[in-house]
Amino acid sequence: MDFTYDDEQQALREAVRGLVGKAYADFETRRTTVADDPGFDEKLWKRLAEMGVLGLPFHEEDGGSGAGPVEVAIVAEEMGRVLAPEPFLTAVVLAGGLVAAAGSKEQRAEVLGALSAGESVLGFAHAEPGTRWTSSASAVAATQDGDEWTLNGVKEPVPHGARADQLVVSAALPDGGTGLFLVDPTADGVSRDGYATHDGGRAARVALSDAAGVPLGDGGDATATIAAVLDIGRVMACNEAIGAMEFQLKGTTEYLKSRKQFGVTLNTFQALNFRAADMYVSLELAKSLTTWATMVLDAGKPDQMAVAASRAGLGVSRAGRHIGQEAIQLHGGIAMTAEYSIGSYSSHLTALDHLLGDGDHHLRVLAANVGDHEEFDPLG
Amino acid sequence: MQLELSAEDAAFREEMRTFFTTKIPQEIRDTVAERRELTKDQIVESQRILNEHGLAVPNWPVEWGGQDWSPLRRHIWHEEMQRACVPLPLAFNASMVGPVIAQFGSEELKKRFLPKTASLEIWWSQGFSEPDAGSDLASLRTTAVLDGDEFVVNGQKTWTTLGQYGDWIFNLVRTDPEAKKQRGISFLLIDMTSPGVTVRPIEMIDGGHEVNEVWFEDVRVPKDNLVGELNAGWDYAKFLLGNERVGVAPVGATKRVLAQAKKYAGDQLDDPLTAARFAELENELLALELTALRVVAHSADGKPHPASSVLKLKGTELQQAVSELVVDLAGPASLASGAGDDSDLDGWARRATPVYLNLRKASIYGGSNEIQRQIIAKTILGL
Repeated sequence: MDFTYDDEQQALREAVRGLVGKAYADFETRRTTVADDPGFDEKLWKRLAEMGVLGLPFHEEDGGSGAGPVEVAIVAEEMGRVLAPEPFLTAVVLAGGLVAAAGSKEQRAEVLGALSAGESVLGFAHAEPGTRWTSSASAVAATQDGDEWTLNGVKEPVPHGARADQLVVSAALPDGGTGLFLVDPTADGVSRDGYATHDGGRAARVALSDAAGVPLGDGGDATATIAAVLDIGRVMACNEAIGAMEFQLKGTTEYLKSRKQFGVTLNTFQALNFRAADMYVSLELAKSLTTWATMVLDAGKPDQMAVAASRAGLGVSRAGRHIGQEAIQLHGGIAMTAEYSIGSYSSHLTALDHLLGDGDHHLRVLAANVGDHEEFDPLG
Repeated sequence: MQLELSAEDAAFREEMRTFFTTKIPQEIRDTVAERRELTKDQIVESQRILNEHGLAVPNWPVEWGGQDWSPLRRHIWHEEMQRACVPLPLAFNASMVGPVIAQFGSEELKKRFLPKTASLEIWWSQGFSEPDAGSDLASLRTTAVLDGDEFVVNGQKTWTTLGQYGDWIFNLVRTDPEAKKQRGISFLLIDMTSPGVTVRPIEMIDGGHEVNEVWFEDVRVPKDNLVGELNAGWDYAKFLLGNERVGVAPVGATKRVLAQAKKYAGDQLDDPLTAARFAELENELLALELTALRVVAHSADGKPHPASSVLKLKGTELQQAVSELVVDLAGPASLASGAGDDSDLDGWARRATPVYLNLRKASIYGGSNEIQRQIIAKTILGL
């Protein structure tokens, strides 16, 4: 058992910090970046590719660098720390992860090669109006005619769906199950309406009307693959949230030490200090769960991944709400403004919380199985 | 980064597990499992067995019966003991006065006290809190005045846990009334059979008699019973309280009670609301357990991990929350706390409320949870 990062992992963290942390050191830069489409910095995206970050989780033969979940988690945490709007989580971890898991050799080389090189932004079109964090599709259906597949239905919200150069679309298969398809979003039968999300992100309504789709790999039911990649995405979303929460706690304590009212700094008031202490407790507990879940992924135990993702997801959801809400309250009115960073962090934490499953969603899953075991041993 | 225990640590865990579940009498472990009160003899017997196998005071220096273990192994030892329902070595002996004597006491004091402290031949009581010195411990007023070769002690201590069994009591006493309040305190060992020592029980809200008041009236104490330097007692107390906080998060025991509570729950576990309560508590306990592991993994260089202050705060909150859940599972049966064994109601249900009420103490002792928040705010966050 070892919770320390090795030298290479430390170096990766420093490098990502040096690039992304520096780029968004001034919150105003982030604000102007998300004000206009595509909602992130294309040049920074390229530089992330040059650094090897966009190909981090993929095999060398697919154009990646073959790093593990711990490295991916480090990137996610550093992105979260500065609220970087680049779609690392949705394009690389989720959409890229699905291609890596389900794509043929040729598809992996082509799609992941372009993604890793920063030449192509990948989107995962999965959520459908009326569904809540399932691993299957129902509103979008796939039909087959000879070797050709066509897709019909609406996906929304699709993260960065309007900007994406290529979409991975989940669709209900004629004989049951859910398939994964590569879709060229500029082709006939695909219409996209993009919009900004509350946290400065981007999403889109993607309507498919007899749109052509190419099955990933051999096709067939990919529900289990989707579930597994969503679980990895959940753990990485937790890591991103940890970075954001660390920033919020740091920002809040600095504010308490500098802001004056009644002629004294706010940290004169124990009522406020105790609330900051409780934020610290929430953060440390959430960090423990997240680090552990990342290590479960790293240990390559597929049967434990879902439980680990739910457990970290529940803990981080609770912590994210607590810290996100208290950070605003302890700052007061200034944190309600778009100009000041703190409130935007709360907004992004709320978005992360609802991207892949909120705390109650995970609690429902865990509660349904709580009688299956006497106690839970995290060391296995 | 590596999740699993090393092969050596895994073997160590197995060794502890086997020892605790085979060498400690079943009757003692059943008493703990069923949350009944242990007798003095049971506590002594259990610690004697542990001590005979070098497992009572591993945190002490090796020459006095300690073990040269990594922080992780100490953690495993502590967790497995709780998991196996083995009573923990008496904290007053094993984690409080023992380490203080070993660290600051004279050779003579070490020889005289440490072996019998490890084996529980001497049962120690703690004489720290006073009626007007709780969280503000340094305002204590019990005095010790030197008269020839003896101190004369006068004053009152309170919340003395299990003081009715005590052979000796370790005290913080004021030896220099002129000095700044922390600087005039000494650490003094007193034989509880000395003339002038009176122990009076305090009846508690759970109906039990766990704590006492201890009165000192012109008690004469040999000068040799002073630990370390005169007026340096506050430093020793801080050392002691630091040790106390490390083992104060009862993760293993709380996990075990939650696991037992699933059995108590029976069909109630099919109720989604009850199941969700279990799942949420289980997850919070997991977060706490992992935090404890992070702390031990990072404290190898001797410096405590800053997150250790989280352990006492959250650990006691969860201990209390699980005891509250058990009362709710018992429902109306929890009212039968005064019923005897001929009651038709389950023993666990009858004991649920006294345990719940008793555990309200957990967020008060060992530095109240508000003191812990103060430590986090000041020391960690710099507020």
